[in-house]
Amino acid sequence: MKMDRSVREPLLAAVPSLRAFAISLCGNVDRADDLVQETLLRALANIDSFQPGTNMPAWLFTILRNLFRSEYRKRRREVEDADGSLAESLKSHPEQMGRLEMREFRQALAQLPPDQREALVLVGASGFSYEEAANICDCAVGTIKSRVNRARSRLAKLLAIDGIEDFGPDEATRAVLEDQKT
Amino acid sequence: MNQMKPRKPDKSQSPMPSDTTVDNPKSGLDREIQAKIGQKLRAMYDDIVQEGVPERFAELLRKLDKPSGEEGQP
Repeated sequence: MKMDRSVREPLLAAVPSLRAFAISLCGNVDRADDLVQETLLRALANIDSFQPGTNMPAWLFTILRNLFRSEYRKRRREVEDADGSLAESLKSHPEQMGRLEMREFRQALAQLPPDQREALVLVGASGFSYEEAANICDCAVGTIKSRVNRARSRLAKLLAIDGIEDFGPDEATRAVLEDQKT
Repeated sequence: MNQMKPRKPDKSQSPMPSDTTVDNPKSGLDREIQAKIGQKLRAMYDDIVQEGVPERFAELLRKLDKPSGEEGQP
């Protein structure tokens, strides 16, 4: 098939953020890249259903999110193992934060239920509005808001122990976290 | 405004909605933690974005772009 420039270029341009979303969701780079590839193929196969002039990234994120959700239902056990593989499978990027700090963050993120994780990433990192995130996740705006809040609050509990240097950990909370990890 | 802007986690006047759900009596500490969470999330995400487009995807789109190239379709 011949691909129009007006299709190919926005598809390519969306790849980096689609990957970041996919990796945040499934915690495994190889699976995330497969998910992105499937998203691109699905998008091209259904390009006629895309309304030109509307938000192409949001459309692609919707496809990716739905693919992830149907795969997640099928491979639930494997995904629940993500907190281990997440830290292992991602490349380390020590420049912005310490490797240990990054690893702890990824482990905490992987412990969130998928609906909270996707809401938090869409709003807090992908730069979508609550309304756009609600469209992507096919739910009400209020649902997205409450998922984001629950995600933040859960991450705060998980990270307050190790992540906030200024308010260092105490032994009791650290012990609780260690228990949760096992 | 009650719609949180993800890029500006600090709102000294209007506490984030999540403050009420975090089990911590000190909202200042909560804000500190929430700002930190926002930073970490974006740092992780942006690091991946900065990896750009892996060759695999550029190649895929090139292949699909060929007039006769339908072998890539599922």
